[in-house]
Amino acid sequence: MSDADPDVPANTGYDEWADALAGDGYYLECANGHGSLPPRRVCPECGSTDLSEAALPETGEVATFSEIHVAPSGFGVEPPYVTAVVDFGPVRITGIVPGVDGDGIAIGDELRPDVETNGATGNRLIVFRPA
Amino acid sequence: MTGVRVAGVGLTPFGAHEGRTGRDLFAEAALAALADAGVDGDDVEHLNYGNFMGALAERQGHQAPVMTEAAGLRCAGTRYEEACASAGVAVREAVRAIRSGENDVMLAGGMERMTNLSTAEVTESLAVAADELFEVRAGVTFPGAYALMARAYFDEYGGSREDLAHVAAKNHANAVNNEYAQYQREITVEQALDSPEVASPLHLFDACPITDGASALVLVSEEFAADHDLDAPVAITGTGQGGDRAALQDRADMARTPAATDAAEEAYADAGITSDEVAVAEVHDCFTIAEVMALESLGFFEPGEGVGAARRGDTTRDGDLPVNLSGGLKAKGHPVGATGGSQIAEMTRLLRGDHPNSDAVADATVGLTHNAGGTVASAVVHVLEVAE
Ligand SMILES: [Zn+2]
Repeated sequence: MSDADPDVPANTGYDEWADALAGDGYYLECANGHGSLPPRRVCPECGSTDLSEAALPETGEVATFSEIHVAPSGFGVEPPYVTAVVDFGPVRITGIVPGVDGDGIAIGDELRPDVETNGATGNRLIVFRPA
Repeated sequence: MTGVRVAGVGLTPFGAHEGRTGRDLFAEAALAALADAGVDGDDVEHLNYGNFMGALAERQGHQAPVMTEAAGLRCAGTRYEEACASAGVAVREAVRAIRSGENDVMLAGGMERMTNLSTAEVTESLAVAADELFEVRAGVTFPGAYALMARAYFDEYGGSREDLAHVAAKNHANAVNNEYAQYQREITVEQALDSPEVASPLHLFDACPITDGASALVLVSEEFAADHDLDAPVAITGTGQGGDRAALQDRADMARTPAATDAAEEAYADAGITSDEVAVAEVHDCFTIAEVMALESLGFFEPGEGVGAARRGDTTRDGDLPVNLSGGLKAKGHPVGATGGSQIAEMTRLLRGDHPNSDAVADATVGLTHNAGGTVASAVVHVLEVAE
């Protein structure tokens, strides 16, 4: 996917952040220790503009999840699929958990983040895999 | 600061209006509101209009001038968009304009057309209300987002699918006599439990339907109502709005809706009342779990207590606090950009005594409406009172 496509809004920082989830994942940390995700210029908690990259914990715990049976048209992932919000402490991240159904996942499960490409949209697709 | 009266209300029936345009739907509601108010369209100084997905559903952006013209008004208009809270914001800004002395007569409401799209297209259009980078790309649909909240709620406070099924059954029972409701029929708790799963743990009967419809209100200053001898006994005495992080993942607690708490606190303070004084409420039950979280945010129940309210009978027609006597979004329908205005139209009718369910709240003088956007990243609350 070309970053120079003039018809697509820039996701400055988002694509790089998502790509890093496959290896050295990171989040943004402000001067007061709040976590957030890029693209971001200001800490949404305190307004600090002093943001730096901090290492994302290698695994997180499922905070909530749903097995979704009706997908948007053209989404590129066939339902049913499981979407989960995973808690990494300073930040939470939402993604798809491939290969499980709603009975194969529970709150508190430990998962690690990864990134794929959504073939239908060309966008990054954040996924979680068994830790 | 002048008070604001609801001089007239207008609604289309909610449901599928095949072959009709959005402008035709809004014109029907607007003309009904003007007739109900006994106000001439030439007296309207501005249209505040709510719409969410018209650019996707009808390829019609810039809807305010289209709707002003369709309603036969010769004034300017402004479209307000705050997802499912679009009309709530439109009404709130009209209230503020009248209170400021800037305007005496406003038309406020909204319209949405949805049934002309396929279910997958509606799912896609509604998902636009979520965070595009961090939720939509991760497959979070509108039902999916509320499912994430429902599971977080069950995990934190307990409650069950059966509790939620009682919310659905209650709201369907309330819609039976409402001529504007999409589903004027009862459902049983068992039917709700047995309906197909949409996004676990939510099933089809936990969800509001896909709906076309429009709402309109004629709002006037107290002075205008007196000068023109209008029969406008219901006043909007409190308005409040709250906001939150767009993505659910960024909220401190995914089982709570603090934007609604903030909106309610502002509206209560504005009206000079407490939650104890509210006798009847119309809350944003796009999903059954949304009604539960609304009841707690509005101060009617402690966290964890709202989920059993319908099952215990607290919020049923005969309960201490009837909720969604219109049928709610669940049974009355949810034409997204029209909903906030329709809640105030229904509450006005309930308090005036000309709603088919008014006898359930015959002595009520204080009502509340709660309209939420997305997963309650935005919320608008209004207090309505019988002023005379
Ligand atoms: Zn900070």
